[in-house]
Amino acid sequence: MSKSTPEPAIEIKNIHKEFILPQSKTTSLKQAAVNIVRDNKKTTQKVLDGVSFTINKGDFFGIVGRNGSGKSTLLKMIAGVYVPTEGEIKIHGGLTPFIELGVGFNPELSGRDNVYLNGALLGYSHKEMDGMYDEIVEFAELGPFMDQKLKNYSSGMQVRLAFSIAIKAKNDILIFDEVLAVGDEAFQRKCMEVFRRYRKDNQTVVLVTHSMDNVNALCTRALMLEDGKIKHIGDVNDVARLYSESNILSEDSKAKNENKQPIGIEIQGVKPIYDKNDYMELSIGWPDRDDIYGVGVSISSVNDVYVFGSNFKNIKSKKKNIKYRVKLNLISGEYKVNMATYNSKGDISGLMQDVARFDVRNDYNTTVGGVTVLEHEYITS
Amino acid sequence: MRYVTKKNRAILREMVATDFKVRYQESVLGYLWSLLRPLFMFAILYVLFTYIIPIGKDNPHYGVALLTGIVMWNFFSETTSLGASSVVNNGDLLRKISIPRYLMVLTSSISALINLAINCLVIIIFALINGVHPTFEWILVIPIVVELFVFSLGIAFLLAALTVKFRDITYIWEIFLQGGFYASAIIFPITMVPGSVRDFFYINPIVQIVQDARNFILSGSVHTDTLWNSVDSIFIKIAPFIVIVIFAVLGVWIFKKRSPYFAEDI
Repeated sequence: MSKSTPEPAIEIKNIHKEFILPQSKTTSLKQAAVNIVRDNKKTTQKVLDGVSFTINKGDFFGIVGRNGSGKSTLLKMIAGVYVPTEGEIKIHGGLTPFIELGVGFNPELSGRDNVYLNGALLGYSHKEMDGMYDEIVEFAELGPFMDQKLKNYSSGMQVRLAFSIAIKAKNDILIFDEVLAVGDEAFQRKCMEVFRRYRKDNQTVVLVTHSMDNVNALCTRALMLEDGKIKHIGDVNDVARLYSESNILSEDSKAKNENKQPIGIEIQGVKPIYDKNDYMELSIGWPDRDDIYGVGVSISSVNDVYVFGSNFKNIKSKKKNIKYRVKLNLISGEYKVNMATYNSKGDISGLMQDVARFDVRNDYNTTVGGVTVLEHEYITS
Repeated sequence: MRYVTKKNRAILREMVATDFKVRYQESVLGYLWSLLRPLFMFAILYVLFTYIIPIGKDNPHYGVALLTGIVMWNFFSETTSLGASSVVNNGDLLRKISIPRYLMVLTSSISALINLAINCLVIIIFALINGVHPTFEWILVIPIVVELFVFSLGIAFLLAALTVKFRDITYIWEIFLQGGFYASAIIFPITMVPGSVRDFFYINPIVQIVQDARNFILSGSVHTDTLWNSVDSIFIKIAPFIVIVIFAVLGVWIFKKRSPYFAEDI
């Protein structure tokens, strides 16, 4: 895969983007008239502040950053949805302007009609879509449902259909925003397979994602944005490490966990991030309640895959707290902590979903799959 | 900018098809409604102005003239009001994909154009039943329809671009259309308007379009005149065309200037 001189696919030169904030936006004539009379001071928000970089042909380019860092705005400018306030974007070659899956889906149309509509947005004529239709339906595994209206599809079915169409896109440059964050496990695996093939074929791809595992597994180069500026660009591992660090330092991931405390129960000790095989130690307390005789703690993935749960029902009356310790031999990803409480008869008296969230990071990357890591080895003789 | 590329044609086709399917799929009579609406309006006005206030007593083909006016006006009203909200209604799409924005306006106008074509067939059938002699001048209605299309589309572009910034436009235009119906000499012949005011009516391109279309359709049966022949002042002769050019150029110019910002302004 050694190339002598990389050819640029996307050149971004010193772009700035400012948005006029909604409160000062004039959407009625009355406001417009008022604003003409008044000294109209516009409140603007700087989303991107002098970003320059080049994506080369054959790059699988990852863009990461916390919420509000400007990455989606940047992607939309590359796609031509927004125009930069200042600066220049040069695109060499054709670009599929698809940002999200299922853009333009109409819930009132049948699955079949939506395939043609979506295909047109990707640049395919009705005739070309005729040729691809069967393949799309087969990949989506939705054959019997194609004449039903899209509004009767489950969200999983919609995503499957959208993805099956999206992978038909053929262009010099493909761009995706958070595509891998939707769908169930099986669907995400299918996505990964397609993306791996893109990488193998040296397809130029720009991918915005929150998942460092995806960045590690797929990207050849990556960029981290912070407050509208480039924090780091280049090596994938460096970008992934910087991003993970910025998340640990972030105050709002702590706030996120504190806000979800159920009434009367306090859970302390959830760290935002754990390494592989770390122990999570929780202290659970209920200073103002006397009716708790048992607790249960369970862990599930953010996609609601139940990982593990256990109960403890022998709490002595008048005891006001308990400690819980668990070894996290989990694959990397984001997980939720759920809780249950039991009354004196041993029946469930309260259920609390998603009381805290944490991330598990490890270096298994894509060599493992599933939810937990069993101790294993391969022996070659 | 690429205009009529293969890709844009494909999008246009699918969007027009979607428009039709979504609009009529839940109704029993379906597409027939787009015929029944103008016909019903025609029936009311016909009864009113033939038997109660007999405006049309001098014209044996008042019904044909009225129907022609209503169909032309309906096209104008549909293209401009649907066009005005077409960009805003597709806000979700615009924020996520960079397809040419003019396709939204064009989609609504083409839906209206298909309706117009079918309504024109109804006019022909009605005219023949009514005893109007078919002539070759009927073909001259085609350039009149082209003129109407250009005018309507120009205004639709202008309104669509303005509606993104000021949502009030939709309501203002609705009121404007109500008044416009009476200012376009659709239910009464233009000769009923007093001479001093008539010159102002002539500036309205819809008056010229409706009068001329009627003239061509009825040319074999009743003696009427095109606007061109019935006024003396050269200024009034060309006034409607100037108005059309002004609105078409202004509409396209403002739309083109504003369209890169639609995604963030919506």
